[in-house]
Amino acid sequence: MSQFALEITDLKKTYDSDVVALKGINLTVQEGDFFALLGPNGAGKSSTIGIIASLVTKTDGKVKIFNIDTDENFPEAKRLLGVVSQEINFNNFEKVIDIVTTQAGFYGIPLKEAMKKTEITLKRLGLWEKRNDQARTLSGGFKRRLMIAKALIHEPKLLILDEPTAGVDIELRREMWDFLKEINENGTTIILTTHYLEEAEQLCKNIAIIDHGELIENTSMKDLLRRLDVQGFLLDIDQSLDNPPSIDNFQISLEDSNTLNVAIKKDQSINELFDQLSDQGINVSSMRNESNRLEEMFIEMVKKN
Amino acid sequence: MSRKNEILISLITLIRKEIKRYLRIWVQTLVPPAVTMSLYFVIFGSLIGPRIGSMDGLDYIQFMIPGLIMMSVITNSYANVVSSFYSVKFQKSIEELLVSPMPNWAILVGFVMGGVTRGILIGCIVFCVSLFFYPAFSIVNPMLTILVLLLTSILFSLMGFINAIFADSFDDISIIPTFVLTPLIYLGGVFYSINILPDIWRNISMANPMLYVVNTFREGMLGVSDVSIPFALSMILLFIAILTAACLLLLNKGVGTRQ
Repeated sequence: MSQFALEITDLKKTYDSDVVALKGINLTVQEGDFFALLGPNGAGKSSTIGIIASLVTKTDGKVKIFNIDTDENFPEAKRLLGVVSQEINFNNFEKVIDIVTTQAGFYGIPLKEAMKKTEITLKRLGLWEKRNDQARTLSGGFKRRLMIAKALIHEPKLLILDEPTAGVDIELRREMWDFLKEINENGTTIILTTHYLEEAEQLCKNIAIIDHGELIENTSMKDLLRRLDVQGFLLDIDQSLDNPPSIDNFQISLEDSNTLNVAIKKDQSINELFDQLSDQGINVSSMRNESNRLEEMFIEMVKKN
Repeated sequence: MSRKNEILISLITLIRKEIKRYLRIWVQTLVPPAVTMSLYFVIFGSLIGPRIGSMDGLDYIQFMIPGLIMMSVITNSYANVVSSFYSVKFQKSIEELLVSPMPNWAILVGFVMGGVTRGILIGCIVFCVSLFFYPAFSIVNPMLTILVLLLTSILFSLMGFINAIFADSFDDISIIPTFVLTPLIYLGGVFYSINILPDIWRNISMANPMLYVVNTFREGMLGVSDVSIPFALSMILLFIAILTAACLLLLNKGVGTRQ
């Protein structure tokens, strides 16, 4: 039977500096979900994750992980949870293999078993060849992988990643996406915070947006994108233009002499645009989104809030 | 796996990690006390010592050996825990422990054991060095000696832990060792018996906790002491109990560790 991987009820956090980070958040994440937690800087995402992971003490509210109340049995709840923090949090002078094996030991995994699990995990993340290297010698991308290896070593049922691909190159980001999709398909519930909204759009089924310590949206990704009124498209054309063509009902501007920027409303037909451009002798060779659709919606929501 | 076994494995893991840490940097952690103490033995023991004569009826170098061992144990136990725990805070690798199911008491014991093992190891190294300068040394009460060695390293490891909890910078972890511990140790009877002091300074010295630690250890090694041993042992145990409670309270409240 499906259950909640995470249940947050009326979660509040006020720091010693009197900064109110969370004003009473209510949130549920279904088991098996790939969930995006978004918000601008300082919105309260990291505070929420910190409280779930016991890195931050809550002021009030309840957190349940797979129905285990963290106030009642945090050790049991922690066993089900893996956390990839935003910042590098291992000893840079230790060897890769030691960092992961030690983390397994902290979860009570005996050394022999920990060594086996470490080998499997490091191989899975392409780190096995670097197992005897000091962590400080790794590239930024490999350090990120090491963070994920540490979080997965005890096979958590819920994995929380706080901006895991920040500062990672595109190739490695795609590799990480594939890896995360794979472990999600194998049953691990994933909660992801990211500033790359394309990442959330690509990976996540459901989404919540936090701003100023409040939840301003909590819905499915499909539903969110459905609500988008206007989309911007960039059309590459064969000929050079000095001025944008005038076409009824469409707002068109020139991105450069060979590229048109078109705003298309949800109820408008894109075929109509192409027909009219064709009538004016303008041939479209390719077309792409102007920017990430979710990004547009996100900015709009945060502005409203 | 039972919760007890799980905690035991996590505790062993942390202790192993702590021991590996100071062994990995042995040139910084194990060699300096041996070199420094050799210099003390050469200068104060072999060169100046014979001119000083006897202290409490013992050769000066013989009198000095327990004090110098204790000085090394105190500074190294303290330094190990304060630097190790502050480093894990500074590097944020403390998160590795906080997100795990390890209870706070196991985290405390793990770090303290790191300090205790280093303190005892250094104590043994300094004792071995002292045998080069005074081969005839024999320990009068081995049980008391080992007990004091253990209790002292626990006590100062706990102090180092509290220092690290409140430390916000590398300056903060050197202030107490430099300006509090070192003067108290030097004035705590390492190099002299308080019986040679004028009354007023003898009375003031009695308020120095280091005096009790050094003299109890000297009683174990040489059978001479300026203080009451049962009283000194009781005070050490009392302080261990108070500091342990304080450390656990601070950890449970998340002071210096959780936001």
